[in-house]
Order: sequence, then C-alpha cells, then structure tokens
Amino acid sequence: MVEVKHVTKRYGGVIVVDDVSLSITKGAITSFIGPNGAGKSTLLSMISRLISKDAGEVLIEGKEIGSCKSNELARKISVLKQSNHISVRLTVKELVSFGRFPYSQGKLTPEDRAFVDEAIAYMDLQEMQDKYIDQLSGGQRQRAYIAMVMAQDTEYILLDEPLNNLDMKHSVQIMKVLRRLVEEKGKTIVLVIHDINFASCYSDYIVALKNGRVASSGTVDEIIDTAVLRDVYDMDIPIETIGGRKIGVYF
Amino acid sequence: MKTKLTILSLSAVALIVLFMTYHVMGNWDYVLPSRGRKLAAILITGAVIAVSTVVFQSITNNRILTPSILGLDSLYMLIQTFGVYALGSSNMTFMNKNVNFLFSACIMVLFSGVLYKLMFRREGQNIYFLLLVGLIMGTMFQSASSFMEVLIDPNEFLILQGKMFASFNNVSSDLLILSTVVLALTTLYFMRFVKYLDVISLGKDEAINLGINYDYVVKRLLVIVSIYVSISTALVGPITFLGLLVANVGHQLFRTYKHAYLIPGTILLSIIALVGGQFLVERVFGFTTTVSVIINFAGGVYFVYLLLKENKSW
Repeated sequence: MVEVKHVTKRYGGVIVVDDVSLSITKGAITSFIGPNGAGKSTLLSMISRLISKDAGEVLIEGKEIGSCKSNELARKISVLKQSNHISVRLTVKELVSFGRFPYSQGKLTPEDRAFVDEAIAYMDLQEMQDKYIDQLSGGQRQRAYIAMVMAQDTEYILLDEPLNNLDMKHSVQIMKVLRRLVEEKGKTIVLVIHDINFASCYSDYIVALKNGRVASSGTVDEIIDTAVLRDVYDMDIPIETIGGRKIGVYF
Repeated sequence: MKTKLTILSLSAVALIVLFMTYHVMGNWDYVLPSRGRKLAAILITGAVIAVSTVVFQSITNNRILTPSILGLDSLYMLIQTFGVYALGSSNMTFMNKNVNFLFSACIMVLFSGVLYKLMFRREGQNIYFLLLVGLIMGTMFQSASSFMEVLIDPNEFLILQGKMFASFNNVSSDLLILSTVVLALTTLYFMRFVKYLDVISLGKDEAINLGINYDYVVKRLLVIVSIYVSISTALVGPITFLGLLVANVGHQLFRTYKHAYLIPGTILLSIIALVGGQFLVERVFGFTTTVSVIINFAGGVYFVYLLLKENKSW
C-alpha cells in the first residue's frame, strides 16, 4: 500500500501541494482529478520521487521512499510523465527493453527478453516493434511507453495524464489496457486525468484535488456527484446514469 | 556496428604506423622517442576529450554542447594570461612546464569543484542552471584575459598566443606519466558509472524511474568530466572543439544510443583526427600551423555541410 502523509511542496513562496494525506488501495485504479494548477501532477511526481517534497512522507509498504534504494524502488513503483520527449533515437523494442534496467542493469537475460516480448504483445505493438518511436503516432507512442512500464513489472504504476493529446479511440484503448492490467495482473494504478467521465468509467477510486488540498476522495459513486464536483470545479455538472455509468454532462 | 569499429581501429592503427615511421631516414634513436611522446600525448588527449564530450552530452541530453561551456578552457587561458601579465614571460617558475601544468590543472579542478558545490547545495537544482553559470563565468574569464592581453607587451602576447591553440609538439615525458596516472585513476572510477550512461541519456525522469540515483551519479560524472578536461587542457592546451566534432561524427556514424559503441567509436575518431591532423601539420604544412587550427577548420566545414544537408531534407 502507498500512504501519503502530510506532504507539502512549495515553489518559491507558492504552496502547490498543501499538507495532503491519502492512501492508495492496492489492486485498483485511483484517479486524481481537479482543475488546472490543483497540484495533481506535483503530487504524483512526489509520490514517485521524481521531485523532492518539502514536508511529510510517502510510505510504500511501510517504508519511506527517501530511505529506499533507488534500484529496489524501481522494481516496486514506476512512473510515466505526461510529456515524454526522449532526445535519443530508439526503436520500440529498445525502449521497452529499458524497462528491464532495474533488474538487469543493461545486460538482458532470456528472462528479461521474455518480459519485453510479453509487454510488446500485451500492448499490441508486435508489428511496429522495430520502428523508431519518433515515427509512431501519438497513440502508438503512448502504448510503447506503457509497454516499457509494463516490462518494468512493478506493483505500482503511476501515470501522469496518459490520455493527453489522444483521440477517443486511443484513449479508450489505453484505459481498457490499464483496466486489464489491474484485473489480470493485480497491478495498482494511479492516474492523473482531466476528463471526469474517463475517471468515472474506468477507475475504482477518485481523489479530487483543489488548490493543493484534497477536496474529497472516495469511490467513483461518492465523487461523481453534482454537489461534490461543484466544490472542486466551481461549476454545476449534472450527472446522468447511462448504461449503468455515471456521466457528467458539463458542456 | 562491430565492422564500423573494426574499420575505425584499423585506420587508426594505420595512421599511427604512418605517423611513426614516415620519413625516418635511419634516425630511429631520435625519432622514435620524440614521436612516441607526441603520439602518447595525442592518444591520451584524444581519448579523454572524446569521452568527456560524449558523457557531457548524454548528461545534458544535448548534442551541441561541449564541456567547454563549464568555462574551464577560458579559465586556463586566464591563468596563462595572468601569469604572463603579472610575472612576465621570462619568469622561470611560471614558465616551467611542470609547475605551470600542476598549477593550471589544480586551479581548474578546484574551480569546478567549487562551482558544483555551490550549484548542488540545494537539492533538485536544474543542470541547465549550472551550465548557465559556467557560461557566464567563462565569458568573464575571457573578458579578463582580453583585458590583460591588451595591456601586455606585444612580444609577450606572441608567447601567450602560442598557448591559445593546442599543440603536441613539446610535451615532456614527466607530465605525460603524471597525466596518465591521474587519468587512469579517474577512468577506473568512471568505469563504475558507465552502465548508467544509456539510461541517463533518456533524461532525468526516465533515469529516476529506472532506479538510478540521478543526482548522485550525475554529480560524479560531472566531476569526472572536469578532471578529464582540466588535465588534457593543462597538458596540450584548449581543444574541446575536437570533442564536439568527434561526438557528432560518432553519433552520425553509429546512430545508436549505446555507449558501449559510442564511446570506443568516438575515441577512435578522435585519435584518427588528431594523428591525421598532426601528420598534416608536420609533413604538409611543415609546422607552420597547429593541429587545433586544422581541426577547427575541418570541423567548421563539417558543421556547415551538416547544416546545408539538414536544410535540404526539410
């Protein structure tokens, strides 16, 4: 389990994440939602140790992330940022192989190769595995990055806006794969996501952030609610139930 | 890729043999030690400059930077200028090669140490901030040097000018041995971090995600780079442009992210360029120019070619 306790981050004098405490349930998808500047990405980056925190602690299975060895941590938790621009020219397969670095330190064993092939197959990338990632479309590239994270085979997967710049078809495709990862492989996934309807349809738990604080958190049914969302977004969002799913009509 | 490495190795060896044996005319006793010293200096400097540039570019994720942006070359010139300005070119202590070498190398290593210490005091400091400070310091050193150059006697300036370009013509064997020892020790330390280079070239976030203690490793690598640059600059003079040239040719030639190929490849390219350049200096130009002038010229032409080519492919 990941526990976040009283975590704070300041940039200059501005508090971006303000004394946030929450815990993330294992084997489920938790989505962070909230308006721009609410501190979602910053919180995710602190949980995944990409940036330092000014106060508080993040515990992974009871251990503070700062006191864990980097390499061991990389086998437990993986993270994908929203803008991945790698300046190096890589093929899909080479990128995915990097996911095995925490285990093999660059020298791939047959077991590592099996993991890489499995991740590529899982993401349906076999046909383009020898293509360079700069030749791929946005959706394909996002899948390649997720395949890398899959090859890393961590229990916790943190994704910062994985649907950024993707069309509906590719967004749905990515979310379905994430759902499968949770159900078939028991992974724990944390997402930053902007579209509340994607959060509603694919996550188990939602954490709504506003001005660096947790506005409310709970199951999908608790959060996708006109009154709760009004507090978060300062707008009235009527919620309709369509096909058993709660959809916010915010247009 | 292995065949490319083999071809490069063969050409390097062929050039070295040509350089050592061309036009000896029976004077082996004199020619071998004198050319051997030059060759040793070339091999050491070439390798070190190539490695430090490749590593530096991987750390910064930028193909057009060289370690010279840290301001070490300019600091070297400032030390030399200040020596001539304050003590005069007839001062025996300062003009003594060994003293000068030790003094310059120590000051450069010290400077980068202080720079890193100040920059990395706060956690999570952006590496581009370090580069910016290095660039500003470098410009300041350059201005200070030009100021003193204007003031000194023109004859003294000529002596100083000799130091502005790298030259392998008179490197003493004491210094060669000393540099080799220091560089070998540094390289031994560097070996511990080589396996991280591929991942570091992906960028900071990816490297942390893949379990690299990023700040720790990058700090160590930067220290290694500045020791490399300081020693080689103090030994033969400023020559970091060579690094930019060979690192780019290396990337162009190998088209890979794998440092296991990139590093040996660029080292070989660098040796080929320097041995070939030195051969031209000695046999074609009859010592009327220095190898760094030739390298800068060839490199400049190459980059113009690259620009024109890239321009067309748009």
